[in-house]
Amino acid sequence: MHNGILLTAAGWIRDILTFLFGNELLVNILMTLVGIGAIISVILTSAIVFTYAERKVCAFMQVRIGPNRVGGRFGLLQPVADMLKLMSKEDIIPNGCDRVVWSLSPMLLFVPSALIYSFFPFDDGAILADVNVGLFLLLAISSQAVLPFLMGGYASNSKYAMIGGMRTVAQMLSYEAPMAFSLIGVVMLTGSMKMSAIVEAQATHTWFVLLQPIAFVIYLITATAETNRTPFDLVEDESEIVAGPFTEYSGMRWALFFLAEYANLLSISILTTTLFLGGWHGPVLPGAVWFWLKVLVMIFVFMWFRWTFPRTRIDQMLSFSWKVLLPLALVNMLLTGVGIYLYQSLC
Amino acid sequence: MISFVEMMHLALHVGLPHFLLLSAVLFAIGLFGLFTKKGIIAVLMCIELMLNAVNINFIAFNHYMPATDLSGQLMALFSIAVAAAEVAIGLALAFRIYHDHHTVNVDDLNHLKG
Amino acid sequence: MNDLILSLHRLIDMGMTMAEELGTPEIILAAVFYVFAGISVLGALGVVLGRNIVHSALCLTASFIGIGCLYIFLSADFLGAVQFLVYGGAVAILIVMAIMLTRREDMAHSNPSRSIPHQLAALVVAGMFLLAMAAVALMSPFQTAPADIGDTVTGIADLMLTKYVLPFEIVAVLLLIAMIGAIILAKGVDES
Repeated sequence: MHNGILLTAAGWIRDILTFLFGNELLVNILMTLVGIGAIISVILTSAIVFTYAERKVCAFMQVRIGPNRVGGRFGLLQPVADMLKLMSKEDIIPNGCDRVVWSLSPMLLFVPSALIYSFFPFDDGAILADVNVGLFLLLAISSQAVLPFLMGGYASNSKYAMIGGMRTVAQMLSYEAPMAFSLIGVVMLTGSMKMSAIVEAQATHTWFVLLQPIAFVIYLITATAETNRTPFDLVEDESEIVAGPFTEYSGMRWALFFLAEYANLLSISILTTTLFLGGWHGPVLPGAVWFWLKVLVMIFVFMWFRWTFPRTRIDQMLSFSWKVLLPLALVNMLLTGVGIYLYQSLC
Repeated sequence: MISFVEMMHLALHVGLPHFLLLSAVLFAIGLFGLFTKKGIIAVLMCIELMLNAVNINFIAFNHYMPATDLSGQLMALFSIAVAAAEVAIGLALAFRIYHDHHTVNVDDLNHLKG
Repeated sequence: MNDLILSLHRLIDMGMTMAEELGTPEIILAAVFYVFAGISVLGALGVVLGRNIVHSALCLTASFIGIGCLYIFLSADFLGAVQFLVYGGAVAILIVMAIMLTRREDMAHSNPSRSIPHQLAALVVAGMFLLAMAAVALMSPFQTAPADIGDTVTGIADLMLTKYVLPFEIVAVLLLIAMIGAIILAKGVDES
């Protein structure tokens, strides 16, 4: 029996808990809590690492040095300085805002972003909820992120926030359709929406990036749009609408938006790794190491996108979604179907 | 009459009647809203609420009755699809009405009356 | 040290056994049901009683999410995901339309109700309906036998492409017609 290091670690924790508490049911409940804690700490750690990484990658792309004052020559303590700055900022509440909706928006935005981590297979068997409709439920939950943006935009009582909120709806709803259709190719090849089954199918066949290149490209584009990153950051486009729905937020409320944004960046990288790059499978090194290596490469790719492409215009990007990506995704579905039929009738 | 303890016992054993009651309550709330709301968008929301109440029944029957397949869930799926079509047309009509009459109050839309 | 841990084990085991005898699994299931049913009913009330149309729409989302969770409770996981996906987008569009069709300064009273007599009449009608449905739900001798139906995705897919292929196609055509109709209605026809 070959188990990953994460599962081994979970086994040790379970042994300790069993020694302490004995009862199996209670230990199961505690193990679920341990899993949730692990996921939350992954999200928080990633936010800290990404603030630093984003600054450094940006500097690298622009031939600058980047953070180099706080914490030594490489500015390693920059995230701490950022955090202190955010925590000590004044909490400004705009006049005439819709108080309840306004303060709920940043909190609610974080919920779907964190919730979808329970469907990610981090390692062999290290998945919190391996449900039958995993991939579909994941898409459904992440699509809920559109409402908090709209709530923030509406409640801020500011025209820029409102325009940003409206843009969010247009952008996220338009890009959801091609994303779902491109992922259907992966589901067709696997024959299941279970996340662990998708990873297994890639171990027995080959990485889906080779079998589904069109879907991979469509997914990369739509994922960038779904997370509102440049070149599709029209929702928070600072040269047009200040900061979109975040315009009126400051201090810790703004930090929550920021946290959700980095949680989304990590989750799309994990999803790309899981669906197209073989998940935690790889030779020699343990599964968890392979997994994080691939995820870090994907994160670098998304940061690379951000600092090299110029921003698009909102009408261009909407027509691109409906007139190019969606038909392409449908063609990809058809091709996948024909391919599966040929494969099955030949073998 | 049944005693309080028995009632608690029945309330705690979640079964088909619970879902039927929930669906009836949601449908009644939707119906109340449909009769009392003036804005066309609010009326649409109440209709959505009633359609959802019906879907709960489909799925609850599918789960609790001695079913052999998933026909109930499939009916709910069709119903969601029809509801989506209804919302699309309804909102387009609301937009059109606002465009032509500058109101979304259903009481003011009485041009066909004598 | 060992004695301490052993006594702790015994205490926890005793507590767990007691909880099981009291019917804790039943109570947990009931609690899940009542929490989500409560969310959906309160959300529905918020839709009907709200004065602000955006608040009403957000309450509608809460109601839909509660209902979606109940679908998952009823082992309809696929339907639950469909509910989240479809109605999340639908409510977002509803809010956008509501904001577009209301003037900013009217927002606090953007969801008006009819006069009190109207409301009373509506209450009577809805209450009578509720009574009738409740009587049907409680009096009917339903033969319940929860069966394990298995994987819902494959089950629904099989039915959709065999027994219900005609309704499936009709729904597809209906959605297409609705989409084209909505676009024509909203954009207006070019008269020239």
